[in-house]
Amino acid sequence: MDDDPAGVPPAISPCLTRREAGLGAALVAGLAPAAAQAAQATPGATLRLVLRVNGKAVDTMVDPRTSLLDLLREQLHLTGAKKGCDHGQCGACTVHLDGRRVASCLTLAAKAQDRRVLTIEGLAPPGGALHPMQQAFIDHDALQCGYCTPGQVMAAVSCVREGHVTDAAQIREYMSGNICRCGAYTGIVAAIQDAATRMREG
Amino acid sequence: MQRFTYTQARSAEAVPGTGARIIAGGTTLYDLMKLDIETPAALLDVTTIPGLDGIAFAGDELVFGALARMSDAAEHPEVLRRCPVLAESLAKAASQQLRNMATLGGNLLQRTRCPYFRNGAHYPCNKRAPGSGCAALEGLDRGHALLGGSEACIAVYPGDWAVALVAMDATLDLLGPRGARSLKVAALHRLPGDAPQQETVLEPGEMILRIRVPVGPIGRASTYHKIRDRESYAFALVSAAVALDMEQGVVREARIALGGVATRPWRVPEAEAVLAGRRLDRALALEAGRAAFAAARPGRHNGFKVVLGTEAVADAVMIAAERSQRP
Repeated sequence: MDDDPAGVPPAISPCLTRREAGLGAALVAGLAPAAAQAAQATPGATLRLVLRVNGKAVDTMVDPRTSLLDLLREQLHLTGAKKGCDHGQCGACTVHLDGRRVASCLTLAAKAQDRRVLTIEGLAPPGGALHPMQQAFIDHDALQCGYCTPGQVMAAVSCVREGHVTDAAQIREYMSGNICRCGAYTGIVAAIQDAATRMREG
Repeated sequence: MQRFTYTQARSAEAVPGTGARIIAGGTTLYDLMKLDIETPAALLDVTTIPGLDGIAFAGDELVFGALARMSDAAEHPEVLRRCPVLAESLAKAASQQLRNMATLGGNLLQRTRCPYFRNGAHYPCNKRAPGSGCAALEGLDRGHALLGGSEACIAVYPGDWAVALVAMDATLDLLGPRGARSLKVAALHRLPGDAPQQETVLEPGEMILRIRVPVGPIGRASTYHKIRDRESYAFALVSAAVALDMEQGVVREARIALGGVATRPWRVPEAEAVLAGRRLDRALALEAGRAAFAAARPGRHNGFKVVLGTEAVADAVMIAAERSQRP
């Protein structure tokens, strides 16, 4: 799978999280209460982790309790993947691990050792055109508040690559792990059908 | 979440001696650790052990490596063709994200979704805190067991795959501190009795290596019929795993197991006996459905499952029978 996009900026290095910098905690908590309980980034970071994220090498220390989602958001500052439920029930945290979609909130970061992670930030090369799935979500008005959208898009790209887009019913079945509280499902299904054609062509 | 150490295993032989808690996909264990319900001091990740993720036919036996992912087995063309009840039980469980993570061995060991168990110390729960009582007995029991419950616990076993495996008479190959052994999937889960915290007969450090399913004349004419509150991505209100061996409209052998209504995967030989040797029609299938729920003991809010389950069994029998007519 296309986990190593071309023309990527330099390696990601862990640094202060927004919370450690004293910023945004209330803002984040207001939007997603579970985020307020995120694992600590630095204290207890006893496990060395080497992996590739969006094509870039990452070499960092994590607390073994850290989820892949918290590693991405709090240490690597890739805040595209969202924390909705933090229990694998909503799909907002969906990323690709070695080319397969997973719930990053229920994936121990430690399990990403020596593996490839693709997030919404790495789906299309920077500065260029959007990925056909991203463009299709815009074209078909497949979102309202947008909180679930990165997870929807990452799941949808997998849905197409898996071949689970034969009809609307199959798309709904294989997208059932992604909840949209705004109820943009009609647009989401239309976007996936459209993008499936564009992905096959391009 | 409590602190723990994390290690990756390189061989199955190294697992039993470590004293660490085994983690595979983590979709149950890590979830419950976040809720402070599971508190292991050491985790041993077994998904790094090579060679345990295959799916293959060996003669009339279908052999699943315990580390194969649910999504791989759910869409395996030969599994779909020769034993659809197995593939359907997986495809109708969880979401594609979770099926990509969860393993076939770990799936068998998933823990109950009883809200009084999951929601922690506010509620007594003999499974979570032995001796504290059971909030479900006097509480909201719409999702609780009608079969196999005790005075200590009426939590439902939530899985689908184990129900299908029990119907198919599957066997587990295990490796533990006292060596290798085999065990019927039907013997894996315990009734809650007065010790609901003990959910399986596995010993500490014992690992499931393989799941073996005999697939002879029975298998093709099978289905996993699952009724849910929403159409997809939900646990079963009630489910029926049915496999038939039929000849010219007459049932030679029937296998029926129930999910979503019992404290463990629930085989119903009394319903199978209704069908054996008889010409199948919808009325007979309903008779089998009624037999499947004859021993049910509904609580306050789950009585509807007797009717729903009876119909689900009958529908599943008719779907399986239809498949016996395929070439």
